[in-house]
Amino acid sequence: MPYDTIVCVKQVPDTANITGEAMKADGTVNRAALPAIFNPEDLNALEAALQVRDGFGGTVTAITMGPLGACEVLRECLYRGADRVILISDRRAAASDTLATSYILSQAIRTVGKYDLVFCGRQAIDGDTAQVGPQLAEKLGIAQVTYFEKLVELSGRMMRARRNVGNGWELLEVKLPALVTVLDTANQPRPAAAKRVMKYKRARAALEVAAEVAKALPDAPAAQKEAEQARRVARLQSAGLLIEQWDLDRIKADLRWCGMSGSPTKVHRVQSLVLTKEGFTSVPPTEEGIRGMIRELIVDHTIG
Amino acid sequence: MSCELGVASEDSQLPTRNSQLLSKMIDPNPKGEVWIFAEQEDEHLAETSLELCGKARELADRLGVKVGAILAGWNVRELSYRLIAHGVDRVYHVHDTRLEHYRTLMYARVVCQLIEKHKPQIVLYGATPLGRDLAPRVASEMRAGLTADCTDLAIGDYTDPRTKQTYSNLLLQIRPAFGGNIIATIINYDRWPQMATVREGVMRLGEGDPRRSGQIIEEKIQFNDFDQSVRLLERHREKRKVNLKGARIIVAGGGGVGSKENFALIHELAGALGAAVGASRAAVDSGFIGKEHQVGQTGTTVRPALYVACGISGAVQHRAGMEESAKIIAINWDKDAPIFGVAHYGIVGDLNKVIPMMIKAIKEKA
Repeated sequence: MPYDTIVCVKQVPDTANITGEAMKADGTVNRAALPAIFNPEDLNALEAALQVRDGFGGTVTAITMGPLGACEVLRECLYRGADRVILISDRRAAASDTLATSYILSQAIRTVGKYDLVFCGRQAIDGDTAQVGPQLAEKLGIAQVTYFEKLVELSGRMMRARRNVGNGWELLEVKLPALVTVLDTANQPRPAAAKRVMKYKRARAALEVAAEVAKALPDAPAAQKEAEQARRVARLQSAGLLIEQWDLDRIKADLRWCGMSGSPTKVHRVQSLVLTKEGFTSVPPTEEGIRGMIRELIVDHTIG
Repeated sequence: MSCELGVASEDSQLPTRNSQLLSKMIDPNPKGEVWIFAEQEDEHLAETSLELCGKARELADRLGVKVGAILAGWNVRELSYRLIAHGVDRVYHVHDTRLEHYRTLMYARVVCQLIEKHKPQIVLYGATPLGRDLAPRVASEMRAGLTADCTDLAIGDYTDPRTKQTYSNLLLQIRPAFGGNIIATIINYDRWPQMATVREGVMRLGEGDPRRSGQIIEEKIQFNDFDQSVRLLERHREKRKVNLKGARIIVAGGGGVGSKENFALIHELAGALGAAVGASRAAVDSGFIGKEHQVGQTGTTVRPALYVACGISGAVQHRAGMEESAKIIAINWDKDAPIFGVAHYGIVGDLNKVIPMMIKAIKEKA
């Protein structure tokens, strides 16, 4: 039987490849200089969903939450075979922590309606929390299979899957719908398909169209810009190239649970680590010298 | 809350429930206990849970409250005494055959019901695969804050920059973020309990005092059908192997350690730091330690937060396997040893004297 799957993906700064160019003079990271990439394990989640569709039929819908730049990862999903992509974009969603994010995603998924499986990457490399998957499962009121490594059986309303728990593995049987968080060892994500790239590279969300129009007609009156926008959106829609864009009203989200007010955790302070790769400290082999070194390592949280 | 009901799932046979309507939040409760979730598997406590006991004790003493531990499973009551020895005052023990092996929904029900009943102000979990599966599920149900993978915890005050309101004695949850390039301090002042998962091996493992006394409180939990809907069909555990790749800190010894007996020093320093033990090819070839510990081109390539190279000269093959470490300490007699070329801290001296000094400084927290 066919299965309808939803994949949650995220665009993240490439924290794994911080090069000299992304460093500020004081040794801290210049985030703006980091390239934005498809969160690596979300590609494994997409692949897992595509494999279910290839094997059993059904659909793959990719959802992302973020500013208009996040459309890039949605296009990447289209290139690899996603049937439908949705951008959740709303200023009121800014500053959401994992709990508020999972609530917003749960409302988006409820708005999509029917689904059998939700796939998420195990964690995103900008926060490394691995929390949104389990929290989203709870918000949807469905079971979770974290650290998914292998689909063993899918039949009717039942899935058997193997999860890797670090010091071994477990085979779980869950009823559908269920949520799965996928490890990078689960599969090898497929590359973009050339034909689909040709077709979908012109796919745009309304937000992007507005930005493009503003750039193309900087001095035009507002009414003209709006008309041009509407014309372009209609053209994209008829070509099947309009990326759906939903705000918090569209997904009937309760604003108390979104953004800042929906986030119990607040950032109290942030301290940039100064990378001292070039620095070398000669430590005298004395109690005082060694205490000083240990103290430094405790202060910078290298040791607990 | 009509919003949740407005777009409910269409399939009536789904094992779902509307969590938004059932969940309860806990108001800030400064008299509440400091709790840890005691992780056990096959009747063995996870070491990280004992590390948490010590930290919870410290936080609770600062707040003037008791330390509680949730211990759930089948025939695990005996483990309560170890928890008590490590600083727990009250063990909330749940004995149920259905809890023999960890299953997310069952264990989440245990933790949520106990939190609702006893209203702790802080709940800590090890940032293990189990803890990081369980804690977010609980946090979502309780609508409470959760900070992942903390490397330090403290008690402190916070003044909201907008309202100027000051909240005192909050849990400061300190963690690296952004690929380890920043350290963030996270707080949660209004939706309690304050919860965090804590990185393994970061908090110091105390020795435990078998004479400490504490209470064991038997608890009964009500499970619903949904909680029991996931079946564990098969379970496979490997004996814990040397995990150099996953280690945050590695203490490695080389030929300069001198003998197999003397390699005990390396193990001791690793123990004090909660580190894995590595070795150079020279040490492995001399029979000081097994090949599975070897770091370098022919061994394992590692990039821990801290690499301590003891008596390792630093041949290019070894350096290739460790020079990406965030911080490197090199200890060597020979001031011209190439290892100093990649080190951040260099100590020219006798490792037999330097290592005991390091252990002492670590134990005293400098």
